[in-house]
Amino acid sequence: MGNYFFETEGPIDRVDGKQKVTGQALYAGEYPLEKLCYGVLVGSSIARGNITAIATKEAENAAGVLAVITHLNRPAIPGYTGEGDSGPAGMKLMSSPAIYFAGQPVALVIADTFERAQHAASLVKVAYKTTESSTDLSTQLSKAAAPRRGKSEYSRGEKNAYKKAAVWIEEDYVIPHEVHNPMELGSITAVWNGDQLTVYDKTQGVKASQRSYAQLFGVPQDNVRVVAPFVGGGFGMALRTWPYEVAAVMGARKVGQPLKLMLSRSQMFTLVGYRPHTIQQVGIGATRDGILTGISHDATAATASYEEFTEGVVRMTQFMYSCANVDTRYRLVPLDVSVPTWMRGPGEATGAFALESALDELAYKLDMDALDLRKKNYAYTDPESGLPYSSKFLMDCYDQGAEKIGWYKRNRQPRSMKNGEWLEGYGMSSGVFGAHRPAATARAVLAADGSLLVQSAASDIGPGTGTAMVKIAADVLGLPYDKVRFELGDSRLPPAPTQGGSGTNSGVGAAVHDVCTAVKEKLILAMNEGKAGFSKQPQQEWLFEKGRIGNGAESISFSDLLKNMGQSAIDLTRDSKSGEERQKYAFYSFSVHFTRLWVHARTGVVRIKQIVTVADAGKIVSEKTARSQMVGGAIGGIGMALMEEAVFDHRFGRMVNNNFADYHIPVNADVPDIDTIFINKPDPYINPMGAKGMGEIALIGYAASVTNAIYHATGKRIRELPVTPDKLL
Amino acid sequence: MSKTLPTSDEQGKGASRRDFLKWSGAAVAVSLTPSVVTRAAGERADETIAGFFEKMPLKLEVNGKLHQLQVEPRTTLLDLLREQIGLTGTKKGCDQGQCGACTVHVNGRRINSCLSLAVMNEGQKITTIEGLAKGDELHPLQEAFIKHDAFQCGYCTPGQIMSGVACINEGHAGSADEIREFMSGNLCRCGAYPHIVDAILETKKGGNNL
Repeated sequence: MGNYFFETEGPIDRVDGKQKVTGQALYAGEYPLEKLCYGVLVGSSIARGNITAIATKEAENAAGVLAVITHLNRPAIPGYTGEGDSGPAGMKLMSSPAIYFAGQPVALVIADTFERAQHAASLVKVAYKTTESSTDLSTQLSKAAAPRRGKSEYSRGEKNAYKKAAVWIEEDYVIPHEVHNPMELGSITAVWNGDQLTVYDKTQGVKASQRSYAQLFGVPQDNVRVVAPFVGGGFGMALRTWPYEVAAVMGARKVGQPLKLMLSRSQMFTLVGYRPHTIQQVGIGATRDGILTGISHDATAATASYEEFTEGVVRMTQFMYSCANVDTRYRLVPLDVSVPTWMRGPGEATGAFALESALDELAYKLDMDALDLRKKNYAYTDPESGLPYSSKFLMDCYDQGAEKIGWYKRNRQPRSMKNGEWLEGYGMSSGVFGAHRPAATARAVLAADGSLLVQSAASDIGPGTGTAMVKIAADVLGLPYDKVRFELGDSRLPPAPTQGGSGTNSGVGAAVHDVCTAVKEKLILAMNEGKAGFSKQPQQEWLFEKGRIGNGAESISFSDLLKNMGQSAIDLTRDSKSGEERQKYAFYSFSVHFTRLWVHARTGVVRIKQIVTVADAGKIVSEKTARSQMVGGAIGGIGMALMEEAVFDHRFGRMVNNNFADYHIPVNADVPDIDTIFINKPDPYINPMGAKGMGEIALIGYAASVTNAIYHATGKRIRELPVTPDKLL
Repeated sequence: MSKTLPTSDEQGKGASRRDFLKWSGAAVAVSLTPSVVTRAAGERADETIAGFFEKMPLKLEVNGKLHQLQVEPRTTLLDLLREQIGLTGTKKGCDQGQCGACTVHVNGRRINSCLSLAVMNEGQKITTIEGLAKGDELHPLQEAFIKHDAFQCGYCTPGQIMSGVACINEGHAGSADEIREFMSGNLCRCGAYPHIVDAILETKKGGNNL
């Protein structure tokens, strides 16, 4: 480590920026193909029951219609076998008349134009036998049960120890059903050529999607190519293969033409997962001087009746603070809703809202500063595993963030700071997420002209993967950025992990680093053999700069050295993965969020005035894109704190605000300037760059900084998100 | 929800405008090209003929290029651009005028192209993201977006840029707060808003001719 980074040039601009600002970047529904046809899915209008009749004749006879597929005539999907959870595609698509949730696809209409497919879809008539549906978690808590898979309970020390503490609180915290809603709609274009399948797909993992399609359609994996060089946001929504994608691949095979299917925005609310409604209870107690003596965290989350989804809601409580007695429990309630999936931060963001709110409440009850309480219970070794941290600079995060926002200059008393009709408040919270290093493979080709091509089947849903990889490669070899090209988003490239859980930069970055280092070693070997023809020979350490290798006095270009070596290129591939360091250290990224806001005393309107968000994410590879990622996480957190909630009409089990006019996400006017601070100290063990992940910690915990600030401003503690103005009146 | 379905005989008996068109369209077709109709006398002839006669001629200019097209009246400007003209830089994010991803300029004015039927744009001059740069030379706001990293996934970006150019031209880019207000019709889920404001402010201050 260390020496590899030459910081060749200044901050790197996004390498695919020009394509994105000129409209040249092609997303999954934008590939120009001959004989393209269009698929539209018809959704169930009931939440639970059975289809008793389905009339498709009128749709079939409509102009341009190529096929109408329902459970009555659906072509076989070989990978759908057995009962219960059905593998990569979740709910079986149009397998039977059974309806599990409102919006469930009941027919696929295929036509030669989008308009014709959409019109024909409106002509499909379905009759149902409706049975009573259950979509409200809050009325079904008695049905809570441990998940079938995974651990439901955890404890160290004594259970419910908080109740014996000198000072304690016990409260319920509620997260509603929230939906990812990336700006790009769920999109896919599927092309069959005999038993060869090409899929232009909105996916966070081309290799995982390739495996899914191969398994589902019973073809060898090598016959399936998944292409996704540009993905219009994901936030977890595209971590798995969904029924709409299976429908498109199936439909394309049926009609023998390339088929494009783009979900409507309202379908984005019901067909591609969401953060589940979760009700939590946290009990937390401390000595009078603020030493935590017990934390109990109980979470109950919604899942689908037809498939179980679990996530780490109570994980953070297990390892964030030094506390001898901790117990957690996680349970699920199956409802007549579609299956949830990981949404940025995933369960940890849900759990952090509860834990970080509870700490704030406890701090006020102790009459102690909320930041001081956290510092007092700082974990110097991982309380869960007992292992030392690979690196932890959370204390620096606390100090630098507090300094920047003027934390200790505020008046800590609730409702004590005013600005005309506006009440001012400060709030803070922390976030943590495992710093992973998934296995990855990268190929590097140093060409005769001295340019470098690096490849790996990674994804970029927005963080700037390609940009970070170019930076790593350029830094290792001392190449100008414009001499390096990184190819991603194609399952034919060397394998890379799915982009999720903040692992791409670490895992793929390590592979890129390793393969570039191997190229470098080849060049060094040639230099040591005198291939440069320098007057003085040999050299202990060669300088790599601007595409040349030298000893200070003389230098040679990569291109000329390759010529002297008699090679047209250096072409290497390297696998890269973590080792036994994972058993020796606890690997985590940390964040701290500070928010200053105003609450209008008479209307309850909240205006975020200032955000300072601080990350200990190890070495920052590409600062510009990293800042965007942190800023984006905080903005996602504003939505979570103040706006986002999918509202159901439980009488019918249907969502009523499944559009952007009614389901609010932050808009430009909701967002102030955001300061991001990086501690930027390399982690010595995680990977050769020292870079830890950042995607999740950017969001995890953020919402609590808002609700804590609202308490400070108003004296009102809101424990149910989102904090809409009515809750403050 | 009704528990029973109409029989297939009953289906489509309602006298809709489209049914009328099918009828009259078929009648005209018979008088014009009987052989075509005879050949098309399969099960779907009525719809096929109706489909043909429902297309309307449309002339419009996109990025300086004249297009003469036949379009269905129900086709939106957004779908015309993406699916028929092949300009996919204009993005589909909601089809409901709620996200701004499809923003284009019609005679210099920004609109949501998903809310405009293609046929409403007869004779209009449309500018899309593909028409903003002059050859290899990017528009100043495109340059500023790259410089300020005013995007992540890039999907809302064409709409943001088209909206941003209009925002400046309208005189609504006087301050950061004004830009925030007048750019709030363009959603960005990655959360690039502060950088979008920076890019627009800088371009406005640069006094570049937009």
